[in-house]
Amino acid sequence: MIRATHLPLLVTLLTFVLAYALCAAQYPAMLSSRVIANLLTDNAFLGIVAVGMTFVILSGGIDLSVGSVIAFTGVFLAVVLRDSAMPPLLAFALALLIATAFGAAMGAIIHYLEMPPFIVTLAGMFLARGAAYVLSTESVPIDNALYDTLQALYIRAPGGGRFRLIGGIMLAVFLAGALVLHRTRLGQNVYALGGGVATARLMGVPLARTTIAIYAISGGLAGLAGIVFSLYTSAGYSLATVGVELDAIAAVVIGGTLLSGGYGYVAGTFFGILIMGLIQTYIVFDGTLSSWWTKIVIGALLFAFILLQKGLTWATTSRRKVLSGSAAPS
Amino acid sequence: MISQTTPSVFKRVLPQLVILAVVLACNLAVFPGFFALSVHDGRVFGNLVDVLNRGAPVALLCIGMTLVIATRGIDLSVGAVMAIAGAVAASVLAGGQGWGTALLGALAAGLLCGLWNGVLVAVLRIQPIVATLVLMVAGRGIAQLITEGTILTFLDPGMIRLGAGTVLGLPTPIWIWIGLGALVITVVRRSALGMLIEAIGINEAASRLAGINSRVLLICVYGVTGFCAALAGVIVAADIKGADANNAGLWLELDAILAVVIGGNSLLGGRFSILASLLGALIIQSVNAFILLSGLPPEFNLIIKAVLILAILVIQSPKVGHALYMLRAGGLPLGGRTKARSPLTSKEEKAQ
Repeated sequence: MIRATHLPLLVTLLTFVLAYALCAAQYPAMLSSRVIANLLTDNAFLGIVAVGMTFVILSGGIDLSVGSVIAFTGVFLAVVLRDSAMPPLLAFALALLIATAFGAAMGAIIHYLEMPPFIVTLAGMFLARGAAYVLSTESVPIDNALYDTLQALYIRAPGGGRFRLIGGIMLAVFLAGALVLHRTRLGQNVYALGGGVATARLMGVPLARTTIAIYAISGGLAGLAGIVFSLYTSAGYSLATVGVELDAIAAVVIGGTLLSGGYGYVAGTFFGILIMGLIQTYIVFDGTLSSWWTKIVIGALLFAFILLQKGLTWATTSRRKVLSGSAAPS
Repeated sequence: MISQTTPSVFKRVLPQLVILAVVLACNLAVFPGFFALSVHDGRVFGNLVDVLNRGAPVALLCIGMTLVIATRGIDLSVGAVMAIAGAVAASVLAGGQGWGTALLGALAAGLLCGLWNGVLVAVLRIQPIVATLVLMVAGRGIAQLITEGTILTFLDPGMIRLGAGTVLGLPTPIWIWIGLGALVITVVRRSALGMLIEAIGINEAASRLAGINSRVLLICVYGVTGFCAALAGVIVAADIKGADANNAGLWLELDAILAVVIGGNSLLGGRFSILASLLGALIIQSVNAFILLSGLPPEFNLIIKAVLILAILVIQSPKVGHALYMLRAGGLPLGGRTKARSPLTSKEEKAQ
């Protein structure tokens, strides 16, 4: 059964299929497994971070710190692996722990000090980026046996496409995110929080625990994205991934999630990521278009999807008003 | 009227003045010659002049940003609008036009961007953070489209004077931001405009019922923000004698929002003080100067800024304020008095 809340997701899916079909009609090579595999590999870190962002936005918040956390994790791993004999797996665990604790701390400040998430995560963004600068201002190469093994892991598809480990991690994160959101109490609490803080409190949602968990998840996934990004680039650089938070927010919105919270699906975010990746791939294939068209097209898509959501909300609320016979206070 | 408002204005900006004084004192401690001014070739030189001059872009941005935040909105696109304005100015100059035309073109472009944001917020009723995100993402692309991906440089002396010239011994940007700030403060506070803007921020539905044309006023406020951003963009472009679509105004929207927050304005809208925001911008610039002068590695710049934001957040937090109030009132501050939260929660719900 298709409900109005499913419509943005369907539109996203349709946009992706249509865009892909158009691209494929112009460049048949776009259908090759290489392009599909690269679409997953190149957007792996962005996808992982976007899952965390979906949680945050569903709850009605925003997390501006994720790009900086990715950069910090990358630099942290590179510096630790260069300067100490710590086994990489332990370093990964430590990085994840730091990132999760960082997110949880921001969640705690947002809840207990009752500050807008926007400004708290802005401070977090400065803090994480600053910490990355302090560790190293230069790009630190990573030279590690485990990295070589992990980077060499891939499944070869017919047609020469290489589905690498990091693409697989992204898919796993999307699956786990969808399961948590739709099959656990935490997920229901996230949706409830997005529907309205006052309502959620009256419903008995544990506000403190949920808020902290949401930002801890976002921070932890940003840490995971940092690990994936360091596997992708084999280096840690404090100036890397500037503005990734905006890409992640854009992917979530294009995926049909309402930015005021409460409505949306992780699956939509997945197709949002794929649409953004597709735009970039198309520009590479075309060769004459310049990279700035990516930004303009993504901006236009954002606008289109916001308008669509606006129209849907308007349509559903006005219908509900007619049905119930009384105008709800806006 | 004047005798009534003057002391209250002073009281309003007192915390910002104290913070500014403390930061400047820190500057003096690490660099004894900080307040020294000297005059060469009819131009005043000195660190204080530098702070006022380098703080110009953020100061200009926070004039508009204060108004937008007072209406319970936010404008994330000002950095991108700066890039667009710089690009327009440079491309008009490259087309052989004079600097006056270039300036007008850039300001018109900024105004247009602001009006676009305003229409999205006021007519289509999109949340401000989302509505302005569109232009923030697309804006730099548009700026690159105008400059065709290159850094357009220019040598027009008239335009360069806007960013690097001097008027009466002081750099032009200082006069521009002080002039615009004084103009907007006068217009907003000598008429009912400021009160109407605050009314929208406190409760838009109620303000509309009270007869305020909130739609037009909102569009105008975003237009003013776009105009301020364009002016800042022209100054930055004139300063480096070129339009850099990628880096002009990068992250300045965050600095501008920070200046407004340091200025003690609530992000939830309502009462505002442009003067306090301008002082906030000067505080940010003085902190930047302190980091440079103290010999701390510039890597610490962001960390210090983050700690500063956190400290201000804690001070401004309604909960901490409430606890302090209870402390001053002689009651039990925290423990055993958790019931005292109820007036706070009702206030919070009213704000929503």
